[in-house]
Amino acid sequence: MTPFLPRRSTLYLTFVALSLLVLAGLFMNGARRVAASGPRLAEERRQVRAYGLTDLVLFTDARYTRHPSMADRNAPFQDYPQALEHFPSGSLMPPPPHVRFHERR
Amino acid sequence: MSAVERHRNILDFTLASLMRRKGKNSALIVVYTLVVFVLASALFFTQAIRREAGLVLTDAPELVVQRLVAGRHDLIPTAYLEKIRDIRGVTGARSRLWGYYYDATVGANYTLEVPLEAPPPEGSVIVGEGLARTSGAAVDSLMPFRTTRGEITTFAVSKILPSDSSLVSADLVLLSEKDFREMFGVDRAHATDLAVTVRNKKEIPVIARKIAEALPDTRTISRDEILRTYDAVFSWRGGIMLALLAGAVLAFVIFAWDRAAGLSAEERKEIGILKAIGWETSDVLLMKFWEGVAVSLTAFLLGIVAAYVHVFFASAGLFEPVLKGWSVLYPRFRLVPFIDFPQVAALFFLTVVPYTVATVIPSWRAATVDPDAVMRG
Repeated sequence: MTPFLPRRSTLYLTFVALSLLVLAGLFMNGARRVAASGPRLAEERRQVRAYGLTDLVLFTDARYTRHPSMADRNAPFQDYPQALEHFPSGSLMPPPPHVRFHERR
Repeated sequence: MSAVERHRNILDFTLASLMRRKGKNSALIVVYTLVVFVLASALFFTQAIRREAGLVLTDAPELVVQRLVAGRHDLIPTAYLEKIRDIRGVTGARSRLWGYYYDATVGANYTLEVPLEAPPPEGSVIVGEGLARTSGAAVDSLMPFRTTRGEITTFAVSKILPSDSSLVSADLVLLSEKDFREMFGVDRAHATDLAVTVRNKKEIPVIARKIAEALPDTRTISRDEILRTYDAVFSWRGGIMLALLAGAVLAFVIFAWDRAAGLSAEERKEIGILKAIGWETSDVLLMKFWEGVAVSLTAFLLGIVAAYVHVFFASAGLFEPVLKGWSVLYPRFRLVPFIDFPQVAALFFLTVVPYTVATVIPSWRAATVDPDAVMRG
């Protein structure tokens, strides 16, 4: 006797439904984490205010990527004229818009 | 037969057809899932950083005044403070003292800063969690620093900042003004830059212009410009997104192109047989539509779930080598999952729809030709 096998479409649609359920669960978890992040964000804001910080700590290898908002356009190239920019983070972080604006001013 | 039953029958047949080419289709789904995973990871990561930067840096100094000498940021005379305070609309101006220190024993760069509020007592420092982890510093331990005179001076670690705030403080060394000036040899007549507060936020551009006129060797950076920096860096055109997206988008274009360029001989033969046994052109197109949906929706769902887990549970570990670069001190942060649902919807439409369309179009060409001609090739 052939064992009962559900239709392929049933299996596939069940997989899609389960995946959507997992995704919804993850997004709900995200919403809960966002709601719970209040104290952490408040502490970060307190530090920014109290210490007078201007930037996030994303890269620490070069100063113009550690503090991109404080950098000037020459910073990556100031070892010598026409020096090549040699920090990997420099290739990931373009100059901020206001640096270009200041140059036009 | 109801429309739902017709669709289910065709889906049954489509899945059976996909299973017949199990190896090829599995490989396709794996690669497709990886493409969606990379795209979605980049999307989640950059969106979360942008939102957090936007929320956290709203308390950054309203206006920073820097002095430029020969195109470089230079120490600014504290005498400028009085000139700035005299400008109408300015409610306060303070000097900021900060700089970098390369720790040769660890090989890491630290940011040394004198806090605007409640600096630590002289002889002691407060350090960031990333720095403590990298250098092995603990509360009450002594941290040696080399001063500009070449002498070694030590500071007692009085506190380690919480790891929760790593995103703003991982590499910080907070110290007193006297210690900072002695260590770097900065006299009291100079500061790194100036932080200005204004009465009316709308007047910031006007005050920035007045400062530039009164002190022509300076430039100002407003809080809005600081915030826009992170918006620009993590926008889709920004370096990080572009670096991560370029490969993934290219792989996806190759997929879609491969599908749109035409059908394999086997697929053409299958369409010919189906037409010969009585399938309508619309049935064939429906089958191909479900084939496209089955592959792309599966890849989308698996890819997006994996991306969420990667970014928000595993701290985007796969991006770490990219972000780390040459940094020895790297912040470990758990991002807050700020999801931009329109962006997720855009990712869905950019990945599922083109692939499905690219699957249907060549089949439509084959399905409208005489079955005999299709089967004979």
